[in-house]
Amino acid sequence: MSFINYSSREINCKIVYYGPGLCGKTTNLQFIYNKTNPDLKGKMISLATETERTLFFDFLPLALGQIRGFKTRFHLYTVPGQVFYDASRKLILKGVDGVVFVADSQIERMEANLESLENLKLNLAEQGYELASTPCVMQYNKRDLPNAAPLDEIRSLLNAAQMPEFEACATTGEGVFETLKSVARLVLRDLKQMNR
Amino acid sequence: MHDTQLVMYDEDFRRILAVSQRLVQDANAKGVFIVDRNGQLIGEAGELRGIDTTSLASLTAGCIAATGGLAKIVGEDEFPVHFHQGQRDNLHMTLVAGRIILVVIFDDRSSLGLVRLRVKKAGAELAKIFEEIQKKTEQENAAGTGTPFSEITDEDIDNLFSI
Repeated sequence: MSFINYSSREINCKIVYYGPGLCGKTTNLQFIYNKTNPDLKGKMISLATETERTLFFDFLPLALGQIRGFKTRFHLYTVPGQVFYDASRKLILKGVDGVVFVADSQIERMEANLESLENLKLNLAEQGYELASTPCVMQYNKRDLPNAAPLDEIRSLLNAAQMPEFEACATTGEGVFETLKSVARLVLRDLKQMNR
Repeated sequence: MHDTQLVMYDEDFRRILAVSQRLVQDANAKGVFIVDRNGQLIGEAGELRGIDTTSLASLTAGCIAATGGLAKIVGEDEFPVHFHQGQRDNLHMTLVAGRIILVVIFDDRSSLGLVRLRVKKAGAELAKIFEEIQKKTEQENAAGTGTPFSEITDEDIDNLFSI
């Protein structure tokens, strides 16, 4: 749910990084945080367990610049990927404007990817949203690993919806900003169409 | 998917700010924050300016969302009032009209009783204002009145990313 404030001339949008446990959602945010000009970012918050698994969410506020005199801010959230945190995932998805699905490219994680994608569809549907009409991009993460599945195979399994897709390696940052820019573009286009 | 989009004009913002400022005085509070349930900060008043309000808003919304989930588990709709007691400062959070969170931070210059009393009145005023905002947004949507975003071009969007 975007928030347009005419008084402070700001627009705020919420983007959620979704995906199975250990797929690299938090690593995406950490890379963005580390590489962003300090003037453009706020503090990154990670509500994580002692073993650095996301417990509730990570949060990173980001300012992208001005559009027609309005400051454009994006609030990036990650969900906890582990299956049993589903109640938390539902809460974080509330009011979402755009989704990045981070898939783990490793062959042995394909089932987890599928399960998480189905879970995303289900949780969006509970809010009356459909994946097809939600600004959403697909990121194939961990492409650098030797056990990464061929791209065609992952694509046919996870991206029947033909969302914009990106190969990535979140630890080195490859594909991270491309993914973010793509989802931000989709969110702004969605906002534009909505106001037509 | 934007059925609950919030659009706020200067006039509404001033009214919200006025209620917040009055609440700071009436409740002897250090600070008052109005946060959207999805974690966006809407307004603030008091002497706490300069703190990380973006994080405050996001964590407040997370807290309300988590306890809302707990409420449903035990068969309640919501736990609309939250109170966190600290050594120096205390935090009082109230869910207003199901979508706005009214956060009051206070110390020993005030008391929980006073804050609760004043929050009740301010909450009712805010509920009315947000109801009007919601109605206005719905009317504008029905009439097809565009915001500046109806006129943005793909080029405007691309320019954001050219840096």
